[in-house]
Amino acid sequence: MTPLVAAQIGLAIFVFFMLLSSAAAMVYFERKVAAFLQQRVGPYLVGPKGLLQPLADVVKLMFKEELRPMAADAFLFALAPIISATCAFAAFAVVPFGGDTTLFGLIPEGLRLQVADVNVAILVVFAIASMSVYGIVLAGWSSNSKYSLLGGLRSSAQMISYELSYGLALASVLVVANSLSLTDIVNRQAGTWFGVIPRWFIFLQPLGFLVYLTAGIAETNRAPFDFPEAEQELVAGYHTEYSSMSFAMFFLAEYINMVTVSAVATDLFLGGWHGPFLSETIGWLWFLLKVGAILFFYVWMRWTLPRYRYDQLMRFGWKVLLPLSVVNLLVTAAGVLYFEL
Amino acid sequence: MSSEATLFYAFAAIAVLSSLLVIGQRNPIYSVLLLIASFGALSGLYLLLDAPFAAVIQIIVYAGAIMVLFLFVVMLLNAPREETDEDLDREAHGETHPLLRPGPMRLGAALAVGLIVELVWALTKGGGESGQFPGGAVGSVGAIGRSLFSDYAFAFEVTSVLILVAMVGAVVLARREASPGPSEHP
Repeated sequence: MTPLVAAQIGLAIFVFFMLLSSAAAMVYFERKVAAFLQQRVGPYLVGPKGLLQPLADVVKLMFKEELRPMAADAFLFALAPIISATCAFAAFAVVPFGGDTTLFGLIPEGLRLQVADVNVAILVVFAIASMSVYGIVLAGWSSNSKYSLLGGLRSSAQMISYELSYGLALASVLVVANSLSLTDIVNRQAGTWFGVIPRWFIFLQPLGFLVYLTAGIAETNRAPFDFPEAEQELVAGYHTEYSSMSFAMFFLAEYINMVTVSAVATDLFLGGWHGPFLSETIGWLWFLLKVGAILFFYVWMRWTLPRYRYDQLMRFGWKVLLPLSVVNLLVTAAGVLYFEL
Repeated sequence: MSSEATLFYAFAAIAVLSSLLVIGQRNPIYSVLLLIASFGALSGLYLLLDAPFAAVIQIIVYAGAIMVLFLFVVMLLNAPREETDEDLDREAHGETHPLLRPGPMRLGAALAVGLIVELVWALTKGGGESGQFPGGAVGSVGAIGRSLFSDYAFAFEVTSVLILVAMVGAVVLARREASPGPSEHP
């Protein structure tokens, strides 16, 4: 085994554990930010400043009893959380999060910080996002419970509706970048205009960025679009009947999906690991910073905005977001043709 | 056997097996899921053919969009298992389902034999060689887009008009009849 192959396998394992721990970190972050926004303290008892709270949560979940409703479809009931978690992990495989590195001279050639460099990466992310609907729909159906079924149906309708705007926002970026590879897209954002403004696509695609962020919230089923699990109406939506680790897997999938959506947004609109002041080798610091900013925005939105009504959500998706993203794509395409970017 | 051949046989086996199982299921939800598995295996085959774009589109369009709608419909209609109470009633009375009577069964068998003959003929006629796609590189997104909007522009537009017509037709058919009389619409 050459050092490069070993490094790549190591990278894959590293990304896996990084995603796991990012979910744990997000749980803590979310609770602390929520507490801050509501003038509370948040978790503070377990460990210094409550830092070990996620660990306590996991231990609690592991020791809970695994329940299954008698009328549930046993196989699909077990399969649904596995689909959700698998899709969540798989999507990050094509997301680059740093430039080439030699791991401080350990390996001869440069290793790109990306598990798999696929030349249609942006579409792979989209495909896996569209597959993750199945986890939720099957969970809703196999539980054989009214609340779960309603949650599952709502979520599939929501995800199908917002997938269109999400896809069109992606399309407008790839028209500007003229490439489907996320690495190429990021590298096209290196450098600055007039020596001051970084060449990030957010400045070329402000509308695309907004559409992407909004549709991203809907895709990850977060408030204010968290209809699949609207607790006041549907108890807990599609995961009402789940407990213990199978519930934890849905929970994990939700947070990892948030991280992936933010990471893709960073790569597409915020220049990935490119930024001023830092050299290319530690560019991943910029990447972390930008992803953190978007994640903070998500948490901020969740604890600031009330949930929409379901018909409002559908109307917003089809009558506002979709036309906006279509117009954005048309204008972008016309601009690219006219200025021959 | 090279690793590529191994992968080919693995994906091919999954595709064929899951497609066969689709028609063997009594529960329609499982049929839908097996069909998705079959599409996934097909997409793996596309990858082996160096066509990553086709592979991903296969997942997005078929496994992602179309099958979600299928699943949606199956769940909404709550389609029952194939043995309905009615069937069981008939069996109890010594009757058979209309489609299981000797006449229709013979017709079905004849059609199946016809299909097999046709398939064997089609497969042997090609000479068993791996077909070369005439349009050049299918792997490149640019090439696909260019041929779609130049050489095949007419077929492309006609297809989209066809889909539009089907959509309008579906809406017209599914529309609930408005109650007669203008008094309903003040």
